[in-house]
Amino acid sequence: MEKNNIHKFEELDVDKFLAPENEKRSVLAPDGSIVEIDPLKDYFCQDRPEELKPRSGPVEKFLNWARAESLWVLGFGTGCGSIEIPPLVTPRFDMYRYGVQMRPTPRQSNVFIISGYLSVKTLKRAIRSYEQMPSPKYIIALGSCTINGGMYWDSYNTINRLDHYIPVDVYIAGCMPRPEALLAGFAKLKELIKAGKAENANEYARNFDWYKANQKKIIKDWNMPDFNW
Amino acid sequence: MDYSITKFLWTLLGLFIVTNWGMLMSSTMRRINARVSGRIGIPWYQPWIDLVKLYSLRTQLTHGTMFYIGPVFRLMGGVGMFLFIPMVYGNPIWSNYSFSGDLVLILYFQFFGMLGMALGASEGGQPYSAIGISRGLSQFTTIEVPMTLAVISLAIQYQTLSISEIVAAQQGGITTWTMWTNPFATVAAMLSLLGAFGHSPFNLVKAPNEIPIGPPTEYHGTFLGVLRTNGAILHVAEAALFMNLFFGGAGSWFELIIKTFLIYFWSVFVGTVFPRFRIEQSVRWFLKVPTIIGIIAIILFL
Repeated sequence: MEKNNIHKFEELDVDKFLAPENEKRSVLAPDGSIVEIDPLKDYFCQDRPEELKPRSGPVEKFLNWARAESLWVLGFGTGCGSIEIPPLVTPRFDMYRYGVQMRPTPRQSNVFIISGYLSVKTLKRAIRSYEQMPSPKYIIALGSCTINGGMYWDSYNTINRLDHYIPVDVYIAGCMPRPEALLAGFAKLKELIKAGKAENANEYARNFDWYKANQKKIIKDWNMPDFNW
Repeated sequence: MDYSITKFLWTLLGLFIVTNWGMLMSSTMRRINARVSGRIGIPWYQPWIDLVKLYSLRTQLTHGTMFYIGPVFRLMGGVGMFLFIPMVYGNPIWSNYSFSGDLVLILYFQFFGMLGMALGASEGGQPYSAIGISRGLSQFTTIEVPMTLAVISLAIQYQTLSISEIVAAQQGGITTWTMWTNPFATVAAMLSLLGAFGHSPFNLVKAPNEIPIGPPTEYHGTFLGVLRTNGAILHVAEAALFMNLFFGGAGSWFELIIKTFLIYFWSVFVGTVFPRFRIEQSVRWFLKVPTIIGIIAIILFL
């Protein structure tokens, strides 16, 4: 019976998944005192995300226009759909025309394209990346895998509905959607941002407990702080 | 109004012009790059939108004091260079705060921003930042060798370290430019300029797609906005420095715009043709041909 329990580490006190550099340790300081270090608490932010109210009136309208015209996409491909992203930077589709640019780091990006299925392992990375992005941030879910699981709907290792785990702004249906569909998705996202309806970063902060509970239901080896930007 | 105050206001106006021209120049160059690869490229006004967006982000987080000060140091490097370079020759308003020894000070300001950025970025704790910093500092040390040799050659040739006097000595037609009177120094400096601008063969500091983007990996929002503003100022200031030293200076803003564009275009032109060097290739490259040419330039004027 115990052999079949793949989540048996959950019941133990010791976290078997903790990386060695994240273990608690005591360090001798130069003045001779001993300092306790808990990397998970010291190196990461433990604060809950807060709702950040938009400014009011024409100022917010102008800022929203700027945010919509300058979408910086995180270069993180999660599933087979990421093959649809490289054509966007080539002459045929050229997304730079629309102010959409690729950025290599989550700190500098506003748009996260979940391109296809998310395995449990990748979901963990996707959540970490999403939480590191500065607000306001937007998510485009590409392909039917993110809507209901698509062809992986009964897979043992992928999630089915993406918006149970992170809030989604725009869905692009298809398996796979072509790059034109992705460009249409960007156009839709711009509409939403300009109309002030793309406030999902605040949505995430408001329903933080619900999202975290859902995420922890799936990710068994949760060895990171609850909120880690 | 007091002369010092009017002078300060005019210099601020000059800084405004230079910042905007630098941003327009960078978007133009990105469009040229895009055309080379068959794309249309970003709209010409994209850098301004990016800047507004960066300053309008709601979340900003810091990793410590030095993380804050890093971009400020970098901006100081750019603004400091601008302050001491005479922009338009023969015009007391646009010659900024240049004085008799400004050339040495400007060589220092080139390095100053980099050092500040190194301190700030390493506090971010990103391993890629550390790699970018070590690459940047080692490459810039070797860039300085041919550039300093060229500057020393110029100092021997004109017997001065003042940029204004070097420009004054070049007046009187295209044949009196340093480009013709001291071609070796010009070649050495223009080769080191490729590294200073950090376009393709020598873009291993930021190295997109390799070490995400090097030192600014952790920088976002306002921090990145400050860094981008500085990038615009620094590019024009650096091009204006080379214009003053080797290409006869500028008699008007229009002339400055044409000449800085062409000097900047030189590095973009090389960048679209050649792929990226590795750090050891880059360091060796600067210490070979450009350094030898720089030494020849000095020997000729001894």
